[in-house]
Amino acid sequence: MKTKPFLLALALVIGIAGHAFAQAPAAGQAPPAPAATGAPAAQADAQKKDEGPKLPAWIEELNAEPWDTGGNFWLPTSASEEAYGSDYMFIVVLGLSGFFFVGILGAVVYFVIKYRAREGHAPEPSSSHNDALEITWTVIPTIIVVFLFVGGWQGYIKMKTRQPDAIQIKVVAKKWNWDFQYPNGLHLPNLYVPKDRPIELQMTSMDVLHSFFVPAFRVKQDIIPRRYSYLDFVPNRLGTYRLYCAEYCGRDHSLMKVKAFVLDYSKWERLLTEAKAAMENMDPKDLGKLVFETKGCNGCHTVDGSAKIGPSWKGTFGQKAAMADGAQVEVNADYIRTAIMEPQKQSRPGFPPSMPTYAGQLSEKEVNGVIAYIESLK
Amino acid sequence: MSADTPNINFFEAKRGIANWLYTLDHKRIGLMYLFGILGALLLGGFFALLVRTELLLPGQTIVGPETYNRFFTLHGAVMVFLVIIPGIPAALGNMVLPIQLGAPDVAFPKLNLASFYLWCSGAICLLVSIVAGAIDTGWTFYTPYSLGGEAGAVLPAVLGAFLLGFSSIFTGLNFLVTIHKFRPQGMGWFQMPLNLWALYATALMQVLATPVLGITLLLLFVEHAMHIGIFDPTLGGDPVLFQHFFWFYSHPAVYIMIVPGMGVASELITTFSRKPIFGYRFIAYSSISLALLSFLVWGHHMFVSGQSPLANLVFSALTFTVAIPSAIKVFNWAGTLYKGDIRLQTPMLYGLSFIILFTIGGLTGLFLAVLASDVHLHDTYFVVAHFHYVMMGSTLVAFLGGLHYWWPKITGRMYPERLGQLCAVGVFVGFNLTFLPQFVMGSRGMPRRYWDFDPEFTIFHQLSSIGAFILGISMFIQVVYLMASLKVGKKAPRNPWGGTTLEWQAPTPPTTFNFTEPPVLHEIYNYDDFVEAEDGGWIRKSEKA
Repeated sequence: MKTKPFLLALALVIGIAGHAFAQAPAAGQAPPAPAATGAPAAQADAQKKDEGPKLPAWIEELNAEPWDTGGNFWLPTSASEEAYGSDYMFIVVLGLSGFFFVGILGAVVYFVIKYRAREGHAPEPSSSHNDALEITWTVIPTIIVVFLFVGGWQGYIKMKTRQPDAIQIKVVAKKWNWDFQYPNGLHLPNLYVPKDRPIELQMTSMDVLHSFFVPAFRVKQDIIPRRYSYLDFVPNRLGTYRLYCAEYCGRDHSLMKVKAFVLDYSKWERLLTEAKAAMENMDPKDLGKLVFETKGCNGCHTVDGSAKIGPSWKGTFGQKAAMADGAQVEVNADYIRTAIMEPQKQSRPGFPPSMPTYAGQLSEKEVNGVIAYIESLK
Repeated sequence: MSADTPNINFFEAKRGIANWLYTLDHKRIGLMYLFGILGALLLGGFFALLVRTELLLPGQTIVGPETYNRFFTLHGAVMVFLVIIPGIPAALGNMVLPIQLGAPDVAFPKLNLASFYLWCSGAICLLVSIVAGAIDTGWTFYTPYSLGGEAGAVLPAVLGAFLLGFSSIFTGLNFLVTIHKFRPQGMGWFQMPLNLWALYATALMQVLATPVLGITLLLLFVEHAMHIGIFDPTLGGDPVLFQHFFWFYSHPAVYIMIVPGMGVASELITTFSRKPIFGYRFIAYSSISLALLSFLVWGHHMFVSGQSPLANLVFSALTFTVAIPSAIKVFNWAGTLYKGDIRLQTPMLYGLSFIILFTIGGLTGLFLAVLASDVHLHDTYFVVAHFHYVMMGSTLVAFLGGLHYWWPKITGRMYPERLGQLCAVGVFVGFNLTFLPQFVMGSRGMPRRYWDFDPEFTIFHQLSSIGAFILGISMFIQVVYLMASLKVGKKAPRNPWGGTTLEWQAPTPPTTFNFTEPPVLHEIYNYDDFVEAEDGGWIRKSEKA
């Protein structure tokens, strides 16, 4: 295992384009190996966050599945129709650049060895310019880049073509959470899509720029506050993939990563139905916990008693809290409701007045859930 | 300044701190710039190593995410604004441009000094505000993230960048006028060293592009102070507009960084091949065409920003045009080596590194100009690796090569050759080990600016960190031996490398007005006339006789 990274680096230095074409066994197997040693910790973390009953067991198990780390040396597993145009151009450019790089490197190394200064060696007369040669090496790259442009254009236009029958999923990105709203009104923090159906994401941000990125789909789109960005793709391979935020968005930018699941259509439908039913019948405090984890509350609040950007939820219910104006107010259901809907109304000393309002974003049931959850954290 | 001391070198002309601080001598200003830039380079490099140390393991290695974000912001801002943009023009350019023209100084010596003090004020402003304001926006200051946080912590940093911009404009203006007006009789445009063509092209961009940065930063101020919605979506502004303005400057800025590197590399390659540069006119024209094209491609930084697909197509097409002059230059440099008599001294090792690293930087740019693959690669480590090959692998390597090349002329001392060669190899190996794994990480989907990463990327990050330390150590040793050579270095001959350009006719170190007798113009890049002399340098056959 020790030599493999070295070999990988060596293969890269030489620039062998072949690696990208073949699922080279040496390269193809390398990524899962480190995952096998390092993944348990990360996966255990994910499980810690997910404990407690909320969704049917099979969905919980699905959520706990490790993400795909396959693919070839250069590219991850390809799981969308859009990936074809992207990978095709990647490999074409890789081959071309490999060719030119080896040519230039070869010429430089050869000349340096052959014409190095040494006893009895002198520069030989040669022309200081050659118009025919120079025009040739101007024209050839010009022709090549025209073809590259056209190839890149074709792949890109396919990505940007909207399909009328696409399944629309609404995406809200905020520091540092994803919220996916499915056609049946269900909200979940992970992305679930059916295989071989065109998907359209309608995305917006609650705060700063974010960017939706699933390497396996080869698609990426920045998400801008107060505007919708659209992204279209057709997933075509079952599996669990990584979903990242790719536009820098502050402290926990690197933790704003979840999973994208590609499921059979029937399984996908079942998941939406069962998850929705489970959430409708969920114990209020479990629903509150889910809201805490998926609606961004945990960006500023904790449930272990430590203060973050806002006060912790633990041990606060029923206590008296000091307000900025000096009054002592009891933290009860009324107080929490106001804190969620009109957060600046009861600002607390020691915490920045940075909480956004959640009016219109949480249902009555979810607000009650949050109250019940905070109450349960006494 | 010292018309009464024509034969005394510029170090000894007028001693004392005050004489340096008020100097109008381009060489002293260049040297002060150089020390400032080397200091900033060490600082930026230190933060790069902190970043790479944190990335040795997934999750926390040494610091938490907030500190990490400040580290990479400091690294980026220091390296871009304080090191790479002023590196070659303001430090090396200031020291050699007038001498290469056979001139006593730049056209506007006071403007030159003003530029240096603007650089100092900008640098202090930028550093203090980043540290004190705990700025973590990245060097790009993208809105609306940069509008949030502690009320306006970003604004003083932005003021710093604004001042640095004016420093850059002053230098550019000065160089334009100097090259137009101070060329000696008999030196037409096509008898000029290629380094001057490159500095000329750079100056054009500095003067034309930098004001846009000033305007953008002023708009940020206006928005903040008067609450007029320009970039802030909550006031009805458009955050993507900021990206347009920012890259309208910052893309030409990329060429402000790389074009002077190309000029220096051209000088190194022809001198150490003992052969005229191949295709002089093509190289000269390609510098100018890069300067012009650089204004037309800013939108390729925004292919996934929500810019319209039509704009993306146009920018993609225009971006490919940049590949052509870049390719011409690489072919011409390789052609120069053909049938030469190649000497592998330290500056040439950097020259050769430059050809190879710039080739990689340029070719990997193709992946990003192709729309279909850029969508996948955008904002991943692939982009990080690509621009480091251009910024660091090309520009900074050319800067180091030029520094070793002109060091004996300016300081009058030789650096230790063996150690220099060793460090040059260290830089090449360390650099490639740092950034080659990042291409693979990036194309496999590792996003940039991530404090935490998924375990499957660990091995790539670790290789990269090891490379960064090799690179860092090699750079540090160079700064140490260069400083030491000021005291203990061998005395340098007048023309240690057998260069044909005019600076090698000046005394070593030059006198205050550079020449004690008017320089004689010979055919440029004609090395036939030179023989090695007893002092370790080169002289013309006619002088020997």
